[in-house]
Amino acid sequence: MLRPVMTWIDERFPMSKLVREHLTEYYAPKNFNFWYLFGGLAIVVLAIQILSGIFLTMHYKPDADKAFASVEYIMRDVPLGWLIRYIHSTGASMFFVVIYLHMFRALLYGSYRKPRELLWIFGMVIYLCLMAEAFFGYLLPWGQMSYWGAQVIVNLFGAVPFIGPDLAIWIRGDYVVGDATLNRFFALHVIAVPLALLGLVVAHIISLHEVGSNNPDGIEIKKHKDPKTGKPLDGIPFHPYYTVKDIFGLVIFLIIFASIVFFAPEMGGYFLEHNNFIPADPMVTPPHIAPVWYFTPFYSILRAVPPMFGSQFPGVLAMGGAVFILFLLPWLDKSPVRSIRYKGPLFKTSLTIFVTSFLLLGYLGLKPSNIWGQVGSADVATLAAQLCTVLYFLFFLSLPIISRLDRTKAEPDRVTS
Amino acid sequence: MLVVATGAVGAVGALAAISPLFVSMAPSERAKAAGAPVEVDLSKLEPGMLITEAWRGKPVWILHRTDEMLSKLGETAELVSDPDSKLPMQPDYAKNVERSIKPQYLVLVGICTHLGCSPTQKLEAGEASGLGADWSGGFFCPCHGSKFDLAGRVYKGVPAPANLEVPPHQFLSDSRLLIGDDAARS
Amino acid sequence: MKSTLIFLSFLSFVGLASAAGGGYSLDRANIDASDAESLQRGAKIFIDRCVSCHSAAFMRFNRLTDIGLSERQIQQYFITDDTVKVGDTIKSAILASDAKTMFGVVPPDLSVVSRSRGADWLYTYLRTFYKDEAATTGWNNLVFPNVAMPNVFSQEQGVLRAVHSTSGQSGLTLEVETEGSLTADAFDDLMLDLTNFLVFMGEPAAEKRKQIGSFVIIFLILFAFMAWAVKREFWKDIH
Repeated sequence: MLRPVMTWIDERFPMSKLVREHLTEYYAPKNFNFWYLFGGLAIVVLAIQILSGIFLTMHYKPDADKAFASVEYIMRDVPLGWLIRYIHSTGASMFFVVIYLHMFRALLYGSYRKPRELLWIFGMVIYLCLMAEAFFGYLLPWGQMSYWGAQVIVNLFGAVPFIGPDLAIWIRGDYVVGDATLNRFFALHVIAVPLALLGLVVAHIISLHEVGSNNPDGIEIKKHKDPKTGKPLDGIPFHPYYTVKDIFGLVIFLIIFASIVFFAPEMGGYFLEHNNFIPADPMVTPPHIAPVWYFTPFYSILRAVPPMFGSQFPGVLAMGGAVFILFLLPWLDKSPVRSIRYKGPLFKTSLTIFVTSFLLLGYLGLKPSNIWGQVGSADVATLAAQLCTVLYFLFFLSLPIISRLDRTKAEPDRVTS
Repeated sequence: MLVVATGAVGAVGALAAISPLFVSMAPSERAKAAGAPVEVDLSKLEPGMLITEAWRGKPVWILHRTDEMLSKLGETAELVSDPDSKLPMQPDYAKNVERSIKPQYLVLVGICTHLGCSPTQKLEAGEASGLGADWSGGFFCPCHGSKFDLAGRVYKGVPAPANLEVPPHQFLSDSRLLIGDDAARS
Repeated sequence: MKSTLIFLSFLSFVGLASAAGGGYSLDRANIDASDAESLQRGAKIFIDRCVSCHSAAFMRFNRLTDIGLSERQIQQYFITDDTVKVGDTIKSAILASDAKTMFGVVPPDLSVVSRSRGADWLYTYLRTFYKDEAATTGWNNLVFPNVAMPNVFSQEQGVLRAVHSTSGQSGLTLEVETEGSLTADAFDDLMLDLTNFLVFMGEPAAEKRKQIGSFVIIFLILFAFMAWAVKREFWKDIH
């Protein structure tokens, strides 16, 4: 019954071929660990966001006079609207949790190394799109944090020399953040960026399946193939092995996700900020303003760089550079081995310092700059952020040198478990 | 050669075709027309008080400065980075120590010159402001900690690069202020 | 396994680090969202006393059925104006423009005030009004200095006066100048009811959310065991 249907389809569309290439005959290393869950989880979160988003747009109004009220309408009057909204707001933060862990995995096991440079670049562009998507979406509830967050970020573009002020006006579509800005951010959030994201995710997966997955040992499983079948000896078909494993991981993730949605949707003010329950007021900035947690490491870098030559552009440049330097990672790492398992103490120390500075920058970005008091006339927290900023960049700039000097261990021939 | 030329012309055509999309994102005629001047009654504005008015969607502060406040401007002159208002952040008629037409009435766009937050009013001097005992009164931006004195002049060593903007304005009478239009003056 | 623990501890760090209040350390509001009587008392106070100046533009009267009131009761005890229907949202008795001239600001809408301020802030704010001749309304507040709102509960609470002291926060402690109609404890209970209601109004679906949530989590945990069993079955040959 099913077979004739499949044959009929296959003569017209390569259905079975696609399933074979990407699932049943895609050989993934058998030694994937916990860290290899997050790519799959990211796809699930993307699906969750798109689905919940579609149903939110059925009730939301992208109009400066109605936006805040329409969100409360969803929260109160739309049947189970609050659930869809909380899923979407929790999904936004969880997307970044998953993506940051996914990126950290790449750092641990050298997943960006040749021949996976383009895979890494696609991933980085996805990360950039995700930041844009989150930023545009954050304006839509039209609360105080939405409004002033957008105001600050758009003004960052205003700091670009010469064209800055005009660029900022062009982005806003008005002289201040207003109805025109809200309306276009809505368009970008619901159609433009999601389309780009979907295309990029497809490109990311195609290029992954072209070069094959890396693994915690950082060695190529294609080097040892079964002479008879030509299949990698250390590889197992993605389906069913990793589908069943990932489903288990997914359910654990969903338990965490659901716990937040149902029991702590505000997550202590970090996923939904308290001040965003006050409608946008262009006349008053709230006394404590900070971006949502996933932007704060970069925000801290912006704040740490003092103005130079009467312009804040250097800070903007440093913040942009902090993101863009990640693109160069494949060419900065010169180590003979990929995985941290065989890298030496220099890299391990360097990575620890990098991750610590990144987390500390993230923490400081959430807090006012006077949180740790003052030394002389300087804020201690600002000095700390400046130190962390230097350490952040130092990780990348020193990588070509330390990866050559480091005492690495010999990679095994076959994967270890 | 012909292929290259055709390709180039095609590319120009494609660019021309998508350019209207980008042009359409510029401010519309409605947005441009929304900047009407705002008239403010100052008769109820007691010395030491500040009111906020909306002009072009931005907050504009009108501060009635006391003599004591004005005397502080001498103290802060050393602490600010542009005491003589050299940067073009005000109309020429407000390019003076008080940065105003009438010394007591300070008119400012309440938008930080750093990244556009609206600074918090910390008009009172001293410890009560939360900015230390040597604070002389002024404005404090909650976003990135920029400080301004009672003439909107920016302190040294803070992120904001310039003084707060003085919008075009004029007095229609002793107690009536017009923000956004200074035709009678210039 | 170790990395799983790191991941979980990261999550709990995010959860535990709660938002810091302003300068004044707040009293804890021990509200009970399941106490329908407290919520109903709070609703009555809100409608009788707050709505004269404040609105709750996103809150419909008939949502009070969630706290155990019938539509009849709502119509009878909570709606004074015959033109207002039980499905309408709660509007303020005063015009925004009139309020602006009276207080200098338009009193904010209170639908989601508990979500921006938090229960502890509201509970403390409502109880720390003191007499201050320098203020236009004659009232000031410890957690919201120079607030435009007068103490609407001075009859119940009595009149408090701020006394400079070294022990109190921000150098002020409150002392009773005139006794009110309620004892201090009874007044605190009254404000607790009001706070409870404001928190309910901030998110009327909160109780339902937790109920559904329990089922979802139980289902997912059961499913996790099954998924684990399937995974183990498939993987038993992989070494």
